[in-house]
Amino acid sequence: MTRVSTAARDGGYTFAYLDEQTKRMVRRAILKAVAIPGYQVPFASREMPLPFGWGTGGIQVTASIIGRDDTLKVIDQGADDTVNAVSIRAFFARTAGVPTTTRTQDATIIQTRHRIPETPLRAGQILVYQVPIPEPLRWLEPREAETRRMHALQEYGVMHVRLYEDIARYGHIATSYDYPVRVNGRYLMRPSPIPKFDNPKMDRSPALQLFGAGREKRIYAVPPHTGVRSLDFDDHPFEVQKWDQACALCGSTASFLDEIVTDNQGGRMFVCSDTDHCETRVRAGHVESAAGGRDPGGP
Amino acid sequence: MACDDRPLLSARGLTRYYGRILGCRDVNFDIWPGEVLGIVGESGSGKTTVLKCISARLEPSAGTVTYDTRTEGPVDIHRISEPARRLLMRTDWGFVHQDPRDGLRMAVSAGANIGERLMAVGARHYGQIRETATNWLGKVEMDTGRMDDLPCTFSGGMQQRLQIARNLVTAPRIVFMDEPTGGLDVSVQARLLDLLRGLVSDLGLAAVVVTHDLAVTRLLSHRLLVMRHGTVVETGLTDQVLDDPQHPYTQLLVSSVLHP
Repeated sequence: MTRVSTAARDGGYTFAYLDEQTKRMVRRAILKAVAIPGYQVPFASREMPLPFGWGTGGIQVTASIIGRDDTLKVIDQGADDTVNAVSIRAFFARTAGVPTTTRTQDATIIQTRHRIPETPLRAGQILVYQVPIPEPLRWLEPREAETRRMHALQEYGVMHVRLYEDIARYGHIATSYDYPVRVNGRYLMRPSPIPKFDNPKMDRSPALQLFGAGREKRIYAVPPHTGVRSLDFDDHPFEVQKWDQACALCGSTASFLDEIVTDNQGGRMFVCSDTDHCETRVRAGHVESAAGGRDPGGP
Repeated sequence: MACDDRPLLSARGLTRYYGRILGCRDVNFDIWPGEVLGIVGESGSGKTTVLKCISARLEPSAGTVTYDTRTEGPVDIHRISEPARRLLMRTDWGFVHQDPRDGLRMAVSAGANIGERLMAVGARHYGQIRETATNWLGKVEMDTGRMDDLPCTFSGGMQQRLQIARNLVTAPRIVFMDEPTGGLDVSVQARLLDLLRGLVSDLGLAAVVVTHDLAVTRLLSHRLLVMRHGTVVETGLTDQVLDDPQHPYTQLLVSSVLHP
């Protein structure tokens, strides 16, 4: 656990930046979202001190639920040390004075962009997603009034048209991230741009999952132990990505791997995208496996 | 519950105003199972308004449209719940637009266009959806090798065929057609009409065809409704109306046709 700042407040800001009325409004939206799993609840998204698209939705959700005894972890593409993660962590360390951590099991709130941690979440933890586009039907139906009606009437056949199109073109469902899911057998939901590798982790997760879209002004949620099913066809069932090698650092064969180009000669290595998971394994004595390591030739 | 001794669809006192402007007024007719009804008239005579009202795309200002559903018997389509109405539109009805771009999903392949209705009513087996789509491409006389091509790579006639296949895939009982041959050249028109005539008689479909082209109605429709200024001025069997027009406007319409 690393305590970045011990300052309870920073010059005139309320706890966690947002004023109490705003937090109340966001909390109301969150409560409604939890009550109707997968339903997109509109909320009056505020200007935040960073641009839309950088996680303003997630930050507003986090700011509204965080308390003084919470411990915050922020990840971006699975990593704790990228710009977005570092900045948002510093923001809350400064405006809320809460302890922050990079360890998944120590955190009570985890704000994330693009990944769900490999370490299984437990009851009591809250996962906050930053969502760029909340509407799963957006690229299929441009009219907002019509997409709402489609949600109301559960007219989701058109989403299968998209998957059909994938199979017709590529021979398999080529959608690899932001893979559409059905929450609690009712609402079609966009799980934010997480890889479909993470979709099974959402299903019946003991942690509360909150989704905030700042620019699009929507909040939605998956309460703990709620069924989340990825769409598929009977003869083309949902599958997650697989790699034919292990992580070059920790030798894990069960985690989501990033491909990193290491030189101009086509050298590349595959490493865990979840840095905390990888470091924990390395500390525990796992080392790179024979199958991992550098792979100078070809893909 | 649906049976042959009552009309499939009937309109009573159908009236639609667009603000102060009249769309159509007091239109009454019945369509029986397997019957093709033509609606003709000049531009602005209210043909399309009537078609939209009876296909639940537009709410009439007054009057009723009753449809004889398979399970519940006759219902007023503007009074039933929206999910029920939408289900009817996806399964029991077809709508062929004049411009295929209005009726097709231009960004997805021909196969997906045909399969969309199937997936909308719950088909979840890719192989079966594809097989049905292939069958239908064959039935509308299209090359099944174009299955995975986008509709925008098709000619106008092919797009119109695709639109027809897409509508018929769920075996509807009535198809609404708005100028189905508009914008096509005469030889393509003739082939499309041939195809439509074959499909309508093979499948026992009822159809409502709106057109300003009397040749099209002569070929396709059994009965004719002539509209002018939002009202029906003459009805009757197609041949009867076209060969022995009674109303002055119908006489004008029939005599305006060019004979090469």
